[in-house]
Amino acid sequence: MDHINYIKEQFDQLQTAEAGSQLQAFRSKAFDTFNQLGVPTARNEEWRYTRIAPLFNNGFQLQENNLVLADVVTHRMPGHEKANELFFVNGRYSADLSKIISPSLQLALLEDALQGEHKELINTHLGHSAVYLRDGINALNNALVQGAVFIHVAKSAQVEHPVYIYNVTDGRNENVLSQPRSLFYLGVNAQLQIAETFITIGTQDSFTNKIMELVVEEDARLEYYIIQNDNAQSNLVSTTHIRHIGKSFSHGVTISLNGGIVRNNLNIVLEKAYCEAHLYGLYFQQGNSHIDNHTVVDNVSPNCYSNELYKGMMDGSSTGVFNGKIFVRQPAQKTNAFQSNKNVLLSNDASVNTKPQLEIFADDVKCSHGCTIGRLDEEGLFYLQSRGISEKVAKAMLLQSFVGDIVDKINIPAIRTHVEDLIAERLEYKVD
Amino acid sequence: MKTELEINPTNTQIELDPSLEEVVSGEYKYGFTTNIEADEAPKGLNENIIRFISAKKNEPEWMLEWRLKAYQQWLKMKEPNWGNLQYPPIDFQDIIYYSAPKQKITIDSLDDIDPELKRTFDKLGISLDEQKRLSGVAVDAVIDSVSIATTFKKELAEQGIIFCSISEAIQEHPELVRQYLSSVVPVTDNYFTALNSAVFTDGSFCYIPKGVRCPMELSTYFRINAENTGQFERTLIVAEAGSYVSYLEGCTAPIRDENQLHAAVVEIVALDDAEVKYSTVQNWYPGDKDGKGGIYNFVTKRGICKGNNSKISWTQVETGSAITWKYPSVILKGDNSVGEFYSVAVTNNYQQADTGTKMMHIGKNTKSRIVSKGISAGFSQNSYRGLVQVAKQASNARNFSQCDSMLLGDKCGAHTFPYIEVKNSTAQVEHEATTSKIGEDQLFYCNQRGIDTETAVALIINGFAKEVMNQLPMEFAVEAQKLLAISLEGSVG
Repeated sequence: MDHINYIKEQFDQLQTAEAGSQLQAFRSKAFDTFNQLGVPTARNEEWRYTRIAPLFNNGFQLQENNLVLADVVTHRMPGHEKANELFFVNGRYSADLSKIISPSLQLALLEDALQGEHKELINTHLGHSAVYLRDGINALNNALVQGAVFIHVAKSAQVEHPVYIYNVTDGRNENVLSQPRSLFYLGVNAQLQIAETFITIGTQDSFTNKIMELVVEEDARLEYYIIQNDNAQSNLVSTTHIRHIGKSFSHGVTISLNGGIVRNNLNIVLEKAYCEAHLYGLYFQQGNSHIDNHTVVDNVSPNCYSNELYKGMMDGSSTGVFNGKIFVRQPAQKTNAFQSNKNVLLSNDASVNTKPQLEIFADDVKCSHGCTIGRLDEEGLFYLQSRGISEKVAKAMLLQSFVGDIVDKINIPAIRTHVEDLIAERLEYKVD
Repeated sequence: MKTELEINPTNTQIELDPSLEEVVSGEYKYGFTTNIEADEAPKGLNENIIRFISAKKNEPEWMLEWRLKAYQQWLKMKEPNWGNLQYPPIDFQDIIYYSAPKQKITIDSLDDIDPELKRTFDKLGISLDEQKRLSGVAVDAVIDSVSIATTFKKELAEQGIIFCSISEAIQEHPELVRQYLSSVVPVTDNYFTALNSAVFTDGSFCYIPKGVRCPMELSTYFRINAENTGQFERTLIVAEAGSYVSYLEGCTAPIRDENQLHAAVVEIVALDDAEVKYSTVQNWYPGDKDGKGGIYNFVTKRGICKGNNSKISWTQVETGSAITWKYPSVILKGDNSVGEFYSVAVTNNYQQADTGTKMMHIGKNTKSRIVSKGISAGFSQNSYRGLVQVAKQASNARNFSQCDSMLLGDKCGAHTFPYIEVKNSTAQVEHEATTSKIGEDQLFYCNQRGIDTETAVALIINGFAKEVMNQLPMEFAVEAQKLLAISLEGSVG
């Protein structure tokens, strides 16, 4: 059975099974969009460098969750003792594995939340990412949304313990299609830290199509860290959509160290004046992995500030893609938007395609972007070697310093150390 | 904030201001009308028209076949729509594909010409004789220029340089034309190249023999008749080993051309150690203040640095045309070859420009440099779209790109779409882009010293574009500077 028929079948089953669900109309609309747009091919400008369509020949299937805590315990991130933990297994929220320790966090399955007091809120914000990502992949998650969660952070709550999110794929038996879905709402003056990672258990191929939508209210502060270090059979489209609906702040770091085909969509929508957003990214790839970072910073209102820095190191025959868009709309005067993408090619078989893109409709703005592609500085290497440091260590030292300013932006100490260790392990060298 | 922030999925370009959309897609009075003269083909495009054109030009059989083949290909192709441009669909059957050279002289004195045109001439500082010649007033002036052209031609011939119209070249140098025509820009490269290949009626051919340094700047301007403003030009420049030529193209005076579609193809071949410098000042009719009329300029320009140590340099000043779609490119095939692109694009009122370059690094130790300055005013949209590609075998490639945009007014847009694709680890590629406006302090500084705002803007803009202007040959540079000022007239204050 081809994937289109499979998805149709799954969609019909889901709609029948949950006949009374509040999500019926939402799914139907998305399913129509999916049928209309299909899986993107290289002809789609947004997917020009990332070929995702062949993946769908792998017969990915939606799978029930049958993991127990013992299966995942070794994959927990450091600092989990003092963290709220959310587990999505094969795309569905697992209440058994998860734990919430902060009282100001209110978590509910999306269907249940739609019956409650936040109904209006959810209807307003759920699926907003589709405005920016008009493709079949986004629609696919929407069309089959189930096991999704809504997380409400209360007004003025300073959530002390970070939220760790594990997107787990159980690839022990079948090729799995996993579609985690969440919607976060940060109330006025709330503060939240999120750290997210992706784990595949087993050796089957998997395709994870994650959407996380975050709504940030007036004076709220959001920090999010995404760590991707999965195996080469794991393909991923990770969509993170942040909507600043009041004067607010967000700060995020995306670290991509391993995987099959990995595509990160990060959208920051600055809807109110005086918003501030910081976006950092690091990709360090090897083997045949493919990393694609697509970011959008949309300046809708005046006086916003955004700063974006993505750094890449490409080894083996890996390919890297960066596409950073900055939109400055006509009312968004006095915008400050900066973007920079720096790449180091470590191997002759690696390649980088980058497209930093500015679209500006307001005149009183300061916008700049820059990008570089090159290799390690030979003079630096020579300097270190002339002081008796081996070439390998010299290279590792230079690379450590190259990634340093990104890793330093992770404000959860346990996670930062974790990432430092992962990079040191890859480089086989650690700065004391 | 409503959720209706619509983004176009294909090129993620934000939907235009409704008022602009209205104007762009609205009524379009000019249509494609041309005064019917005797020596003209009927409207529309079919094989018979192509045969007619070919027969008119007295072309050999192979050329006709080539055209017909191109036409067949064109029929199968689709008009590109990826540009950041909005315009009503072009009806290709509503165009006259062959008409006799420009309007015949119908006016008797300078007083009869369009006063706006006259004013522009004055501002450009074009001498009275020249003005007459450009507006086709005085017959003797034209004769003068013919004789000038002939003198130059003789001098060039002595050095073995061939410089003639492409039609002439097809007759007299068929072996050269056959060897190089469409060797850089394949017929099926894009929709407009296929169209151009099928119907081109005119253009220039230039051949510089081995080791010859062309003693003067070659220009379409000096060519005998008024063919140089045709709708579908085809230019071919071949620089043999060790030769050098600087070629100037364009309409330096704003001829109020009513032609709607302009789809030209320019090909340059540079062999070992050859250098070609190609400068354009494009000032086609940009349409009026409300965005009515104006030229649709869909141009494919590409050069190949075929030999080692060769160099191709494009310099363009784009101030005209309602729509500009143009990406002068260089294929850096030879080792140590160099490609350059310097561009100033100015858009005002409802003009739209989507322009940039492609640098394809294939040989070893190749270098390219891109400097693009975009200035938008009024309701215009100005996009830079560029590609820097480093192939796997292109070791030690070096590229530096700089794209700066300046916005005058808050109803216009500036966009940057740089594509950078690197497959070799020894490459060093840098790209920088900034967007800014003219500072109030800068204007104040000028005003304080008695410089009025409009002049001050022209001054600042010229400073902004200086890096590119410096690349222009002398005689162009002066006019180009004034053109910038004229194009932006009325956009401030």
